[in-house]
Amino acid sequence: MRALFLAVLMRDLRLAARRRIDALLPLVFFVVAVSLFPLGVGPEPQTLRHIAPGIVWVCALLATMLSVQHLYAGDQADGSLEQLLLAPQPAVAVASAKCVAHWLVNGWPLIVAAPLVGVLFDLSAPALGSLVIGLLLGTPVLSLLGGLGAALTLGVRSGGMLLILIVLPLAMPVLIFGAGAVGAVESGQSAAGHYSLLGALLIATALGAPLATAAALRISTE
Amino acid sequence: MTAGMRLFNFAAPSRFYTLTGTLAPWLWVLTAALSVVGLYMGFFVAPVDATQGNAYRIIFIHVPAAWMSMVLYLAMAFWAAIGWAFRARMASMLARALAPTGAMFTFVALWTGALWGKPAWGAWWVWDARLTSELILLFLYLGYIALVEAIDDPRRADQAGALLSVVGAVNIPVIYFSVRWWNTLHQGATISMTAAPKMAATMLTAMLILTLAFWAYSFAVVFMRVRAIVIERERHTAWVADLVRAGKGAGA
Amino acid sequence: MNWNSPSEFFAMGGHGLYVWGSYGVTALLMLVEPWLAARRRRNALRDAASAEVWKEFD
Repeated sequence: MRALFLAVLMRDLRLAARRRIDALLPLVFFVVAVSLFPLGVGPEPQTLRHIAPGIVWVCALLATMLSVQHLYAGDQADGSLEQLLLAPQPAVAVASAKCVAHWLVNGWPLIVAAPLVGVLFDLSAPALGSLVIGLLLGTPVLSLLGGLGAALTLGVRSGGMLLILIVLPLAMPVLIFGAGAVGAVESGQSAAGHYSLLGALLIATALGAPLATAAALRISTE
Repeated sequence: MTAGMRLFNFAAPSRFYTLTGTLAPWLWVLTAALSVVGLYMGFFVAPVDATQGNAYRIIFIHVPAAWMSMVLYLAMAFWAAIGWAFRARMASMLARALAPTGAMFTFVALWTGALWGKPAWGAWWVWDARLTSELILLFLYLGYIALVEAIDDPRRADQAGALLSVVGAVNIPVIYFSVRWWNTLHQGATISMTAAPKMAATMLTAMLILTLAFWAYSFAVVFMRVRAIVIERERHTAWVADLVRAGKGAGA
Repeated sequence: MNWNSPSEFFAMGGHGLYVWGSYGVTALLMLVEPWLAARRRRNALRDAASAEVWKEFD
């Protein structure tokens, strides 16, 4: 099973490396979307500092939803997905590999860009750190949940919006704890509780989501 | 025939169709009777509340609606899972029939919550844990409905819906816990729907009777809807052909 | 009895808008929903009947 996992992972990474623009588009969306908020809300630094964690997290969430739509679509179009699922190893290997690849390609740019964007909102250094830690723990969860949504809506009309609609409620706890961590640090408290909860969510999702995604892939390709 | 086998009889769409057809009128009678009694108790027997005046009477439909919204979601996920695990079409059809009613009660809980919030707390909407969780529950319902309606192949739609509703059901405690946590963090919101008026016995009775009325209503309307779904899905079978021909003969 | 007159009943101590807004919308939804379900079944029967009609021409 590890061989299949690694094979799918390396293949996806190689494909992403060839289409660098596609990989960077969600990142650009993230930065643009975050920049809209001051324009809508006003440049008052106090306000911006207060709403920054929420904005960064929501935009990261939306950027992930956008980037995850193509996770399986390309493979389904050229028939390689069916081939992968025909392998004797369980589909969990494929599902997990896809999510890990997605996180490496799409999650990391967000984690790196977030503190830079946070500076635009005048967040303090500890707050920026908290933002990064939260995203480190949270973006894998978003990739996992997004993978499940992508598998469920594979080939369905208006799959994009549908994916967002079904995954967003499931992603709300991550949003709450991630943004809450930054808020806690900003007000001088410890964010340890938040991190623990994020960690717990990560473990639970890492255990459950690939299984559910594998089932969804079987459902969608039958 | 043992009781177990008798129950499995109704897994056949044709037999379930007939059963629900027989039960439905009685369920409507039950709904009407319970509603009348419950409303009478709520408006004419239950006293005025000292702090909230007469606005509190909204609770008689707000709480039952919220309960139904959660019960129906669990029922929907349960039947969808049964349909998936046992490849039982009828169970999946029942799950699909439950969704719109569940969404309706969720909306009612939110609507009545807002209209209660305004006189009680001064705002049309408060982001307290329970109302916010109810809002997210509405999104879960809408997501399920959108997913099963978007997929053309009925079997794939049933299975995908089952997976989604089970994932949703598992997430509900997580979502509720995180929303409650979020709510207590942001100390501005000391408003809480749990600060309902101390329930006099009559108030509690009225609320419970209306809950039962909503239960009966849910059975009745879900049975109505599932009958429609059965006809839609079983359109090409002989028993539906017979049904239609009999209907035409009787001039219905 | 809680109410001395029908007008008192409708006023609900000044909260009439909220109480009747709640009960009214709820009642409306609980009437519309069964009506929609019944209509769905009628349409389904009609579709099934039209499928039948074509079968007779086979």
